[in-house]
Amino acid sequence: MYGSGDTPRPPYLSYGQWVEAEDPARLRKKSAEAEQLFRRTGITFNVYGDSEATERLIPFDLVPRILSAREWARLERGIKQRVGAINAFLYDIYHRQEILRAGRVPLELVANNDAFLPQMIGVSPPGDVYTHIVGVDIVRTGEDDFFVLEDNARTPSGVSYMLENRETMLHMFPDLFSRIPVQSVSDYPKNLRRSLAASAPPGCEGRPVVAILTPGIHNSAYYEHSFLADQMGAELVEGHDLRVVDGRIAMRTTRGYTPIDVLYRRVDDDFLDPLNFNPGSLLGVPGVMDVYRAGGITLANAPGTGIADDKAIYSYMPEIVEFYTGESPILNNVPTWRCVEPDGLAYVLEHLDELVVKEVHGSGGYGLLVGPAASKREIARFAKKLKANPGNYIAQPTLSLSTVPVLTRQGLAPRHVDLRPFVMVSPQSIQVTPGGLTRVALKQGSLVVNSSQGGGTKDTWVLEE
Amino acid sequence: MLGKTAGGLFWMFRYLERSETTARLLETGLRIALTRSAAAQNEWASILATAGVGNAYAERYDQPEAGRVIDFLLRDRKNPSSVLSMFGMARNNARLVRTALTREVWEATNECWMAVESALAKPVAAKNLPQILANIRQQSALVRGALHGTMLRNDIYNFARIGTFIERADSTARILDVKYYVLLPSVSHVGSTLDNVQWETILRSVSAMRAYRWLHGGDVNPTGIADFLVLDGQMPRSLVFCYRKIVSNLGYLAQNYEQRNPCHDKAESLLEQLQNHSIQSILDLGLHEFIGEFLRDNAALGRQIEIDYRFTE
Repeated sequence: MYGSGDTPRPPYLSYGQWVEAEDPARLRKKSAEAEQLFRRTGITFNVYGDSEATERLIPFDLVPRILSAREWARLERGIKQRVGAINAFLYDIYHRQEILRAGRVPLELVANNDAFLPQMIGVSPPGDVYTHIVGVDIVRTGEDDFFVLEDNARTPSGVSYMLENRETMLHMFPDLFSRIPVQSVSDYPKNLRRSLAASAPPGCEGRPVVAILTPGIHNSAYYEHSFLADQMGAELVEGHDLRVVDGRIAMRTTRGYTPIDVLYRRVDDDFLDPLNFNPGSLLGVPGVMDVYRAGGITLANAPGTGIADDKAIYSYMPEIVEFYTGESPILNNVPTWRCVEPDGLAYVLEHLDELVVKEVHGSGGYGLLVGPAASKREIARFAKKLKANPGNYIAQPTLSLSTVPVLTRQGLAPRHVDLRPFVMVSPQSIQVTPGGLTRVALKQGSLVVNSSQGGGTKDTWVLEE
Repeated sequence: MLGKTAGGLFWMFRYLERSETTARLLETGLRIALTRSAAAQNEWASILATAGVGNAYAERYDQPEAGRVIDFLLRDRKNPSSVLSMFGMARNNARLVRTALTREVWEATNECWMAVESALAKPVAAKNLPQILANIRQQSALVRGALHGTMLRNDIYNFARIGTFIERADSTARILDVKYYVLLPSVSHVGSTLDNVQWETILRSVSAMRAYRWLHGGDVNPTGIADFLVLDGQMPRSLVFCYRKIVSNLGYLAQNYEQRNPCHDKAESLLEQLQNHSIQSILDLGLHEFIGEFLRDNAALGRQIEIDYRFTE
């Protein structure tokens, strides 16, 4: 919020004046009110392996994270460029593999990768769209320094929090929004429905039937699945509601089986189809891959998109963007050491105390070493794991993430944040909802923002021009 | 509409209805315990039987004893029929069918659950029971109010209502069944105070003490009560009332879906049988036998609806 000076940076000026004039006691009261609101609405996430309190609230902080229209315009261009390249990369990887032939990405990185699905080779999804929904994780380290931390191209979650956070802010501080012009995010569900409908199989007649496939009410993101289904006017289905009927995927309704055109699936590739992938899966639909390959349904996202957001592939993103767009990347990657390379491993082992080491296939902040915050014993233990399986890890420098104030008992205090903007891809367009989900590390000095690790969220404002 | 969603709604409202029944039974039990301690143990036993958990209770405890029965029926998480378990399951179903509910119905259900869970976090002393039961009743009234005030009168609403009335018919029939012997003319007790109190218990179990008085004045007699609970179409918990509702809600589905199913014939013929009876013909047949058959038919209708509307695979 303050940059390097003592006065708020320009996007925060109006808000800064407002918050200064507010009584801290009133803000704390509002904060408690917001929590009540979230509880009443049931905006919760489930914590695995925690039988007593299986539903928890993600802490919400009521100080917004604010971006100027100019800052956002650049981010938006960078995100669209990157997501466009990701789709081109996926098409290429599952067809002619030119980028591998050109030697820009090592062949073995793709061939030996679990996220690469041979079942997708030669399959062209409708409109050649692979990633209908993407959440690009971005961090900021300086006035103009934005880095992409991760491209979530499988089943990114969090968009319901983006929407509910804004609803909550509008509800609690209507006056604030009449003083400060903020770009709206509320069209997201409508736009998502349109974007998905536009990706329906070519043979689809009439208004496409869209459904969301959830693993069920015990999934950590179930609230989001039901929220989106509700907002989009889509059916919320589970694997056992679906079956193959006459070469289509159909859902069991009170009046018989109704075919689905577009399935926004929030089930991982591995669980999608017990006939084609993990045979033990109860979450998927037997035979859905065969219907998909025959063009009977659109799956969003397409199976096999994980090869594009894999953390080892990530380090090649600058090359990938250049290869497919002919432009240099607008958004930078975080410098990344690949432990699979001997030089990389040697450097990482040397500098474990200053690096963040991640599992290539990990997510949710699990299996992660934050060097500067780790004890000597933790580092030694991690070094062992690393040496045993170097190909499983990448390492990045510890970035000094930007901070935004949060409301604490002692008043406002800075905490580190990241940003996950949400992108929709259809055959016609790539759209980015202004802002996204700001995640915030609530512990002082902490850099881990994941909700599963005690992070919270904030409303994210992109100001009007 | 998904078959699973229809099933989720049907059961959500059965659970809510059942939790109310249990709460009402507890209230009746408490009243008996307070006013006639000699009859209390019998009364708790018959309440456990009515709630269908007599055996489950007996497996864990010896004699029915006020504190234990209250805890078992109210807040025992291991008892799937306890008020707390029922509300938990109703809310779970509400999450499952979240997209079919208005925001108001969902929030009322969620708040109801939060209130019940916190009210029942600790064992409830008998002296606090009336207050807590009143609170629970008020919370579930809010859910019903939200349903009536905000839901479209479409298939969603009708599945919710069908679940409500199948469950309600079941519980009224059970109350009668457990107490049928009280209503039988018996030489030794006719006109005695014991009978009067027992009869009143039945009416209290269905929240119909005052309603009965309005209709019948002070004349509380066994035939009148049985008639009231089985055949009186004005009484919202009578079997005839429930079946008129079920037939009408199912009729809506047939019209809306342009298809009649086996459940329609079944429900209509059950209603017809009920309406063809007089209370005398039921008593001649044997109240216990009549109720036993009704409970079996009612359960079979529930299963038929489940099949006809594809609640499960």
